[in-house]
Amino acid sequence: MKKNFKSTSLDEDTIAAISTPLGEGGLGVVRISGREAFVIADKIFRGKVKPSKAPSHTVHYGKVVVLNTDEEIDEVLLTVMHPPKTYTKEPLVEISSHGSSFILYKILNQAKEAGARLANPGEFTLRAFLNGRIDLAQAEAVAELIKAKTDLSLKVALSHLKGELSFKLNSFRENLIEILANLEVQIDFPEEDLEPKDKEYILKELDNIKGGIDKLLDTYDEGKILKDGLRVVIVGKPNVGKSSLLNALLKEERAIVTPVPGTTRDVISEDANFKGVPVRLFDTAGFRVSKDTIEAEGIKRTKLEIGKADMILWVVDASSGLDKDELELEKQIESFKHVVVLNKIDLGSEDSISKLLDRFENKIYKEICAIKREGIEDLIDAVAKEAITFDRDANGDVVLSNFRHKDALLRSKEGLSKAKKSLTEKLSLEFIALDLRIALDAIGEIIGKTVTEDILNKIFSDFCVGK
Amino acid sequence: MITYEEKFDIIVVGAGHAGCEAALACARMGCKTLLLTSNKETIAQMSCNPAVGGLAKGQLVKEIDALGGEMGFITDKAGIQFKTLNKKKGPAVWSSRAQCDRVLYRVYMRESLENQKNLWLKQAIVTEVLIDNGKAKGILTNINSAYLSDVVILVCGTFLNGLIHIGLENFPAGRAGEFPSLTLSDKLKEYGFEVGRLKTGTPPRLDGKTIDFSKTIPQYGDENPKPFSLKTKKLPERHYLCHLTHTNGETHKIILANLDRSPLYSGVIKGIGPRYCPSIEDKVVKFRGKPRHQLFLEPEGENTTEYYVNGFATSLSEDVQLKAIRTVSGLEKVEMTRPGYAIEYDFFPPTQLNPTLETKLVENLFFAGQINGTSGYEEAGAQGIMAGINAVLKLRKKPPFVLKRCEAYIGVLIDDLVTKGTKEPYRMFTSRAEHRLVLREDNADQRLLEYGYKFGLVSEKIYLEFKKRKGIIENEKKRLKKVKVSVSVFGKLTEDMENHKRVSLAYALKIPDITYKDLAKIDKDSKEVPQRIAEQVELEIKYEGYIKRQNQEIEKFKRLESMLIPPDFKYDELTGFKHEAKEKLKDVNPISVGQASRISGVSPGDIAVLMVHLKKFLSK
Ligand SMILES: Nc1nc2c(ncn2[C@@H]2O[C@H](COP(=O)(O)OP(=O)(O)OP(=O)(O)O)[C@@H](O)[C@H]2O)c(=O)[nH]1
Ligand SMILES: [Mg+2]
Repeated sequence: MKKNFKSTSLDEDTIAAISTPLGEGGLGVVRISGREAFVIADKIFRGKVKPSKAPSHTVHYGKVVVLNTDEEIDEVLLTVMHPPKTYTKEPLVEISSHGSSFILYKILNQAKEAGARLANPGEFTLRAFLNGRIDLAQAEAVAELIKAKTDLSLKVALSHLKGELSFKLNSFRENLIEILANLEVQIDFPEEDLEPKDKEYILKELDNIKGGIDKLLDTYDEGKILKDGLRVVIVGKPNVGKSSLLNALLKEERAIVTPVPGTTRDVISEDANFKGVPVRLFDTAGFRVSKDTIEAEGIKRTKLEIGKADMILWVVDASSGLDKDELELEKQIESFKHVVVLNKIDLGSEDSISKLLDRFENKIYKEICAIKREGIEDLIDAVAKEAITFDRDANGDVVLSNFRHKDALLRSKEGLSKAKKSLTEKLSLEFIALDLRIALDAIGEIIGKTVTEDILNKIFSDFCVGK
Repeated sequence: MITYEEKFDIIVVGAGHAGCEAALACARMGCKTLLLTSNKETIAQMSCNPAVGGLAKGQLVKEIDALGGEMGFITDKAGIQFKTLNKKKGPAVWSSRAQCDRVLYRVYMRESLENQKNLWLKQAIVTEVLIDNGKAKGILTNINSAYLSDVVILVCGTFLNGLIHIGLENFPAGRAGEFPSLTLSDKLKEYGFEVGRLKTGTPPRLDGKTIDFSKTIPQYGDENPKPFSLKTKKLPERHYLCHLTHTNGETHKIILANLDRSPLYSGVIKGIGPRYCPSIEDKVVKFRGKPRHQLFLEPEGENTTEYYVNGFATSLSEDVQLKAIRTVSGLEKVEMTRPGYAIEYDFFPPTQLNPTLETKLVENLFFAGQINGTSGYEEAGAQGIMAGINAVLKLRKKPPFVLKRCEAYIGVLIDDLVTKGTKEPYRMFTSRAEHRLVLREDNADQRLLEYGYKFGLVSEKIYLEFKKRKGIIENEKKRLKKVKVSVSVFGKLTEDMENHKRVSLAYALKIPDITYKDLAKIDKDSKEVPQRIAEQVELEIKYEGYIKRQNQEIEKFKRLESMLIPPDFKYDELTGFKHEAKEKLKDVNPISVGQASRISGVSPGDIAVLMVHLKKFLSK
């Protein structure tokens, strides 16, 4: 019986993914596996030897470049591994970079441009298993692992999909289904007396959807969060513990901390990674209305940073009330996204703390103790979460922050462009429908499959067809 | 019980469009086949409109023909008007349709059956499928005669517990004027089959002598139509007209005022009807804004004055039907010869079938046609021939014949049915086929004829003609790619052409306004090729880019399709699936990972998990 059945194997396309968990500092690795792995590596790697010419299990220093150019993305170490002694038992390339997650995504993107497909969650493990690398006895464990990974990635993806983004994608889908219904009804019911939407309407709608997708893609491509990191500026009056907070967030002693007010005189900035969100932290000079020229210069710089901030952490001493300087500072930051951080919780009396909490009732606040590093993880979480739903220009625009989603939207957009072209060239409707279906399916990868039945439903609800 | 002396290989119950194809396929493949019908006078009856083909359905007929089926051939013989629909669009969605003489269709099909070697044709009312130890072994008739066989194919259309509604009146019937089958489905239900209920409708028939055709718009067929069948040498010279007229506000008013006497709107009908074939009352209610609806008056045949009113399916009471129809332009004085009616009938949700159309519950029992929840002669015929072929293959212990979605509309049809089931009568649409551009009428032979020939359903002669045609097409395509001409011969240059001095004829053909005929003017070596071939060459080159893209998709698609799941693969003990996915997988029991991936509720993650378990299972 079993002889008739081929063993499952996937001698198919080449896949790529970032294989180190995001947000964990140090090295990050982009992994490419499959028939074309070396060819793809050749296209995006510049070093002394071509990856395809390199012996198995060798490491090479070089740089990853933008496809077809010499524009450098990052310096990397590239490892070439020939089958069968690789994790997947396929040709395998690993590119390690110590860059931020943003750099890793850039490298992954180039691998994709060069012909790789984004790996599905758990796909490396699946291939390793199907190609016999993992013991059959472990099948259950592998199945569980793949399920766990899929569930997790779905959860993460869904968390990105809340609100506005999912609303937008759904409206693109609705529009596309409507357009497709308008085309398909003309194809499948040519003899009916129908009034489908005309070409101008469809072209306009396609432009709208394309524009919408472009806008989303912009938030990804140009999104300053991923490009420059989220600019997080720490402000507060002197000696409240701003520098201590910076150090606590960085988990290293970067800024000088003393009991003397006015220790920090100039802005200190440092990169960090909060749960996969690249962050640029700024520690500033204590805010005080002063006549001292040096200090005044510092304050000026603080104000400048406030102006460029994506988010402000306003540090307040939990053991004392707000003074005049702080009320002035509050005015300065009012119109910016900010989090109130009550520091020195260990010193604050119950009374003073509850007074401050009442005072900031309607604002986001976090209680921490910078020197004992308490409450820091909570704060990091809060900042990372804010970044995900980050308002790009306060117009309710949303940020596309999932690479898989971006990939799908790019394909959707390509389908739309082709459909538009065919439509202007007056090609027959079935060709236009083909590309629109591709566009729709790509959106479906993000928000759930659209099936033929959905289009038929639309046809039957909008058009009186049938004899 | 009297048992008939001879045992058959295969018994086919029902001689409708599915039954005829099934029985012919079995007999032609050499099996001793018994075809039973409750009425020998209504074999291959067109119980709805007297036409074959139409969008996606024309493709199905050509596919049946390429496999060696009969439907196309009979349509050609019985046709009274032929037309290709969608001519303004691209060739992938051109579909042929023919108006047929209802009586001639029956007569010619019966002739084919009666002259078929290995085929016994008998009139009998079947009351029960005999099942022994989970295997079909024959049937029992209402006069207690048993006929034994190794395989039974059930193809009994709307006859299972059929109930006709006209107004608030209703009565059991197979279709107008015929006995229903009242015990067959109950017996199968007792055996464990799930049974559902569907509804379909048909319009009244009119006396043509009482129609004022001057008030209607004549609808012509094509002047030089092409036959459906490769077997047809020449189409009959019959060019009947259809006529278009419309309902109006008055019609709608009468219908709306009498909805309380409609079984649909008073809740008497429980079965689910097809949305693509709504009754006139449905159209009027759901699209109140629409001032008029099209009605096509279609002649029923050469030797009758009856007309079929396509677009006016109804189950309103007879007096309301008449009152309403007489408001229509041209029909003011019309006489109704038969009222329209709705019929409710039992069907077996088709997820109970394997892709071979054999039931999962009873071995060697096959279902095809309307009892699987489809509608349409073409859909029925397609299942019939597939059930017939697979029944024979099963008997001979040969691997099953399952067409892929990328190969044929037949593949799409059966895969949809057995993977997703259906809630309303299932009709084929071109939009159901993801690889529509390659599933064309013109290349049905290229897609399927080899199979038909291999099974012995297609004659040597047809096969050799096909081979020859294929060779000419390939050579001509090659030639067009080789022969270069100066761009100066083209009056207007496209932007891209300005970069070339000489281009191939194939390149030129890809320019939207240039046709294959135009090439002959520039190309001195061109030889006259038959129209059929010219068309195919033209479109394969013209749309090469799209076809290539579709073919790439097909390659990807085939990977998962070729990962087969053995029938004894069990899901119960397996870990890692979502609960819903596991239940669905168990239920459908897909034959391939590809089919599994199309089950609703099964995610890509589940498919990965399935591959893991499958690998382990197959390595053991
Ligand atoms: N008890 C207690 N002391 C703290 C805490 N955070 C900071 N300090 C102390 O407060 C003093 C000032 O800390 P810094 O981090 O230098 O304060 P700053 O806001 O950067 O001060 P300037 O740069 O001078 O404006 C130091 O002596 C810290 O050790 C805390 O949570 N609890
Ligand atoms: Mg400081």
